[in-house]
Amino acid sequence: MIPLSLLVGLIGYSLGILLPLLARRRPTIQNMTAHGAALLGAVGGIGVGAAGLTAEVPYHVSLPSSLPLLNYSIRIDPLAAFFVLLISLCGAAVAVYALGYVREFYGHYSIGALGSLFNAFLLSMTLVVLADDGFFFLLVWELMSLASYFLVVTEHDKADVRHAGFFYLIMTHVGTAFILVTFLVFFNESGSFSFEVFRHPTRPLPEGMRTLAFLTALIGFGAKAGIVPLHVWLPYAHPAAPSHVSSLLSGVMIKTAIYGLVRVYFDFFGGAFPWWWGFIVLTVGALSALLGVMYALMEHDLKSLLAYHSVENIGIILLGIGAGMIFQSYGLASLAALGLLAGLYHTINHAVFKGLLFMGAGALLSATHTRNMEEYGGLIRKMPWTAFFFLIGAVSISALPPSNGFVSEWLIFQSLFLSFQIPDLLMKIMLPIGASMLALTGVLALACFAKAFGISFLAMPRSRHAKQAREVSPAMRVGMGGMALLCVALGLAPMLVVPALDRITAPLTGTSIANDLLSKGGLALTPVMGEEFASVSTPALGVLLAVITPVALLGAVILGGTLRKRIYKTWGCGLNLTSRMEYTAIAFVQPIKRVFSTIYQPTIKLETEFLQESRYFTKHRSFEVHIEPMFQKYLYDPVVTFTFAIADRLRVIQAGSLHLYLTYIFITLVLLLLITG
Amino acid sequence: MAQSMTLIILQTVVLLAVSPFIVGLIRKVKATLQCRRGASTAQPYYDLLKLFQKDVVVSSNASWIFTATPYILFASTLAASLLVPLFVSKVPLSFAGDIITVVYLLALGTFFLILAGLDTGSAFGGMGSSREAIVASLTEPAMILSIFAVGLTAGSTNLSTIVHKTALLEGIVTDPPPHLMALAALFIVTLAETGRVPVDNPATHLELTMIHEAMVLEYSGRYLALIEWASALKLLLFLTLLSNVFAPWGIATAPDPIWMTLGLAVWLVKVSGLAVLVGVIESMFAKLRLFRVTDLLGVAFILSLLALIFFYTLRG
Repeated sequence: MIPLSLLVGLIGYSLGILLPLLARRRPTIQNMTAHGAALLGAVGGIGVGAAGLTAEVPYHVSLPSSLPLLNYSIRIDPLAAFFVLLISLCGAAVAVYALGYVREFYGHYSIGALGSLFNAFLLSMTLVVLADDGFFFLLVWELMSLASYFLVVTEHDKADVRHAGFFYLIMTHVGTAFILVTFLVFFNESGSFSFEVFRHPTRPLPEGMRTLAFLTALIGFGAKAGIVPLHVWLPYAHPAAPSHVSSLLSGVMIKTAIYGLVRVYFDFFGGAFPWWWGFIVLTVGALSALLGVMYALMEHDLKSLLAYHSVENIGIILLGIGAGMIFQSYGLASLAALGLLAGLYHTINHAVFKGLLFMGAGALLSATHTRNMEEYGGLIRKMPWTAFFFLIGAVSISALPPSNGFVSEWLIFQSLFLSFQIPDLLMKIMLPIGASMLALTGVLALACFAKAFGISFLAMPRSRHAKQAREVSPAMRVGMGGMALLCVALGLAPMLVVPALDRITAPLTGTSIANDLLSKGGLALTPVMGEEFASVSTPALGVLLAVITPVALLGAVILGGTLRKRIYKTWGCGLNLTSRMEYTAIAFVQPIKRVFSTIYQPTIKLETEFLQESRYFTKHRSFEVHIEPMFQKYLYDPVVTFTFAIADRLRVIQAGSLHLYLTYIFITLVLLLLITG
Repeated sequence: MAQSMTLIILQTVVLLAVSPFIVGLIRKVKATLQCRRGASTAQPYYDLLKLFQKDVVVSSNASWIFTATPYILFASTLAASLLVPLFVSKVPLSFAGDIITVVYLLALGTFFLILAGLDTGSAFGGMGSSREAIVASLTEPAMILSIFAVGLTAGSTNLSTIVHKTALLEGIVTDPPPHLMALAALFIVTLAETGRVPVDNPATHLELTMIHEAMVLEYSGRYLALIEWASALKLLLFLTLLSNVFAPWGIATAPDPIWMTLGLAVWLVKVSGLAVLVGVIESMFAKLRLFRVTDLLGVAFILSLLALIFFYTLRG
């Protein structure tokens, strides 16, 4: 089963890379072949994932290469299989969506290159999680970074897109450098890049080296995942890409970093680490979650808003994983499994609803040609399907029951609450504080998506673009519908998801908790402490809500007879209500901005020009609000300034003379010989 | 199974029947303190019946969200209330969700109410939605933390377990200070979540101050009736939480008809007492300016944090 699916996947993606390039200047054929092949590849990937999750022993295959140290080695254990499944499920839905979405690029940008890179991107992500060799991993990691970079700069004629791409390119390579250091630490001790050797080193790593590997992995993978303060590139790069690619970047690519972290901490280190590792991960997670959602609230560009929410959700995932790591270091194996499982559950949930929401944002973009929320409005009438799917995504990301986001956040809450079992007072207090940060994050996310949905889809159209919007093509609706269905399934059927996730966490933490987690024949979830302790059942909640609603409807009819409804315009204090009188997105978040002004440091500029005759009448008024990008200002700008200053100084040695450069090479050689000799 | 169903239906009926009375009682208390006679405590029932029989007017700007919201709000609030023990310590639906679920079910209603406020295009609705969002954001962390502090004493977040164990004083390890701090925090949260003075004033329709009322300004007829009933349910839910989580004594610990009747009577006395307290507070304090609410909810957060720290440190 696995070899066949693997082959289907490879063939699919390879065809997808090659075929679109062959059909030159025929965008329809390029579109069809590229995304059809990607769909085939993703189906193969789903097969690999499903088979890998159920297989008893990990599947392993290795091909030698002509390069020393490099082995094309692939290993499919449950962890890898889960991420392949996640990549492929999202990949399949996005491929279908892309069939409709890329049509608007016809004639503007090369569909062949776009389709080919799309496949290369999916293939490289799949290989990243399958790779069982450090060298090979870095190779495909780099391929993934490059493919995504070129996809980000698809609309390369726009200066801000180029800038976003360049920023991303730098940050991702800084990250790769740190990952390289992590692997070199392991290589230094064992002399091999094989993950198998990393897992079972001949002699254990010295303490300092272990710490170095921990920190470099956190920075390296964190730069890709977008943890605070390494997140600054993400809100530029993810929105700059075409929306179907944004969907993959935010939904899937950043998850490869989560994979990397779990692989290094739980697999390579075998879960043996001091408590403060987990605490750092937890703190970083809490900060990312809170700051991510806070900056998201202030964004009125729908795609940037979603990008900031990726920072938030990565934070939530790290809260779960961090709690798991803390438990692991205190030897509480089943709680460690719970935390890790909760984090991974949120990983797939976020992939699905963020993918869905980005597709929705893409649908709005293609219908209105703007990303500015203030120019939307009333779209629920024009685009009922998109609105419905976006609402499902919004409810899920706000973690409202009985959605999938609720299930995973509930599990994370529980693992943070169970901190009372840790024998250390500091952790006992810090973990519940983490939980309260998660609560704040959750409700701010709710506010943010109430804003996003309310301002975009409800009330009156706020611009000409929104008035003329039309529902998007069937292919795009099918793509979104598939993701929406997955959202609902992941929420209502945790009894199917939990055993699958348990297969991942069991070998990593050494204990299986699937039986403890499920009670009432799988209907209810209970955190390892038994049903008395706490339990939640999304199917029961779903039934409850589904029963009460018609009963309420019936009750209303019994008490008041049949509904007599009058449609009338909204009261506008005697004036005719226009869309300019509606509440705007900026106004909606104003109280939040004011309450958290220490974080936002907003500068508000209000200029009013009065009529000459009387100061009671204004002629013109301009309002500007600006949020201080703290991290850029205090962290990145000094680095950039410093780099430029150094570069200026170094210009002295760049005289442009060939002789001089030859001299440099000679000096370098002599120095090297002296050092090694 | 049959017994469980009976208990669920019984609880539903009791909740629906008692909740308007609590609203009427608070109004009566306020009237008495203002030296007015005030309307009868049965007035909210007449109001609801009247509203159900009236025509509804729906804005031409509104979408299906506006029509669906009253039902979603009502269903989610009732579902949350069914997870809370009233007169018997173990509710049959306790497996469906713990106290975190209650918080998030209420958030589901809030989410749709915020959307409905934006749906008609009226600036009042948007204003209410925006304010509701900030008040909810500030209450939630305090609420979760105070719940954790209480949950720790019983070693559970399951409401039935907390209430049952506290009622029997079984396996409870606590000292009064953290418990009282968490109680104070949850009381502030209650005032904020249910839109009472000093956070919001349910009796006002002044655009400068209203929060909840602004969101539901465009509702009429049976939709308004459902929303009002849901608000009453939410108030009752919080009062029940306060009384049964912190002082569950008197509640039936087994589904026995006699004890349950007694439990019902005790519960009624307790929530009525709390309702009187809410009425007194509403009469004694002025509504806070929106941006001063932050301080009040900050106090709630700090109190629950202290409750947590004291819980551990007092035990050594």
